[in-house]
Amino acid sequence: MTLAQYGRCLRGILVREGLRFLHQRERFFGALVRPLVWLFIFAAGFRSVLGVSIIPPYETYILYEEYIVPGLAAMILLFSGMQSSLSMVYDREMGSMRLLMVSPFPRWYLLFCKLAAGALVAVVQVYLFLAIAWFWEVQPPPLGYLMVLPALLLAALMLGALGLFLSSVIRQLENFAGVMNFVIFPMFFASSALYPLWRIRDSSHALYEICRFNPFTWAVETIRFALYTQVSWTDLLGVAAALALFLAAALIGYDPGRGMMRFKQGGA
Amino acid sequence: MENPATAEQPGALALEIDGVSFDYPGRRVLEGVAFSVPAGGFCVLLGVNGAGKTTLFSLITRLFLCRTGAIRILGKDLGREGPGALAALGVVFQQSTLDLDLSLRQNLRYHCALHGLDPAEMAPRIDSALSRVGLADRARDKARQLSGGQRRRLELARALLHRPRLLLADEPTVGLDVHSRQAIIQQVRASCRDQGVGVLWATHLVDEVEPDDQVVVLHRGRVLSRGTAGELLRDTGGKTVHEAFSRLTSGTGAGE
Repeated sequence: MTLAQYGRCLRGILVREGLRFLHQRERFFGALVRPLVWLFIFAAGFRSVLGVSIIPPYETYILYEEYIVPGLAAMILLFSGMQSSLSMVYDREMGSMRLLMVSPFPRWYLLFCKLAAGALVAVVQVYLFLAIAWFWEVQPPPLGYLMVLPALLLAALMLGALGLFLSSVIRQLENFAGVMNFVIFPMFFASSALYPLWRIRDSSHALYEICRFNPFTWAVETIRFALYTQVSWTDLLGVAAALALFLAAALIGYDPGRGMMRFKQGGA
Repeated sequence: MENPATAEQPGALALEIDGVSFDYPGRRVLEGVAFSVPAGGFCVLLGVNGAGKTTLFSLITRLFLCRTGAIRILGKDLGREGPGALAALGVVFQQSTLDLDLSLRQNLRYHCALHGLDPAEMAPRIDSALSRVGLADRARDKARQLSGGQRRRLELARALLHRPRLLLADEPTVGLDVHSRQAIIQQVRASCRDQGVGVLWATHLVDEVEPDDQVVVLHRGRVLSRGTAGELLRDTGGKTVHEAFSRLTSGTGAGE
């Protein structure tokens, strides 16, 4: 296999995921409505309940709406990563996974292409959301919209890799509701997406520690700082480390010899 | 072939299965399976549901790792030269693997990309593949709009698009009407003959067997018989393949 062939493979997978996304209007719509409901309704209701003090990267008092936008951006990536990876678990999609697996390219490369395609689609959704939030008067500095791009891509890859790993091991939990309850909700609520962590520390120190070591918190903070043209190196490194870990776990999961695929009789 | 990965080794069999066994946790599904498919040969893998056909296909397509025994495609060992071996392989899976929301042409272009082929250069080949299966005028339609038989024909065209030397088909005619079944079988036999593609055709429908075909009877994970259909009839004393198959498989059932 030459480099050009690797390139064609990546392009083909990107085009396919892009086309599928455009054709699935409900998925597209749903992905956008979810964070908007949080922004328009939840944030409006909680604005007066939750006061947010001045914490980095913010330099003045901010409205609650402004605080949760980075968290909601990360939420889009979280849902998208879980959805695109877990759709592989279903029988119909299992077929497309098998088609991918009989390609003569190395398996790690195929999984990476799939992951990259999913991440790009998710990042497009985030930008649409940020555009709508701009009209809702959540207006970070223009440079922030550029700086947030690598942060979003990295976070999207990390959450996609987590979904990919889950899709390789999950047998019983073969529906999205299960994943919602056991992965998405705990990760989302035990993070800095909806409230600054110092507020949680006031209630429970143990919970505070859990939130601090939640990769989703790192993703949210990386995005938050980037959106306000700063870099939070510790969070960024955390996201990168989590990406490496989840990716390695996903590769093992999809390895025909070691992985869990062989125990999945649904795939047999 | 210009691609070294698919370059044929002289005299290589299209497929060799050599002493393959496989277990699911606590359950043996394949036991010492051994047979081969010559280049350009048509081999029917005959077995009832649950005989182990799909597991064997999962091993040949590297979804599962073959730990006991060896599988070689054109002489390339799947364990050691996996990607090279897969380049020479075309597959029609039991379940449809088309993207129903994508057009016929988009589906085929995606397949080309997965094999590292340039979609632009492949355009004429895609067109001729579509017209060979009578779907040239549907190229822009979504795969969802095709009938069951048409989808199967498209999948077959797709599996042959990168000019593999071995075609695997896992019960591709299940659920189709007689007419579609005939069309697909004839199409595969023609490709097999014209392009020298070895075919491993898994089925439980005995009427798909022709006298000169290689037949491998798989039952409860074991190979009960292999040889041409004619030999199968002679050895079992059956008048039809159906009768021969029943005698073979009921024999082991009574012995247990």
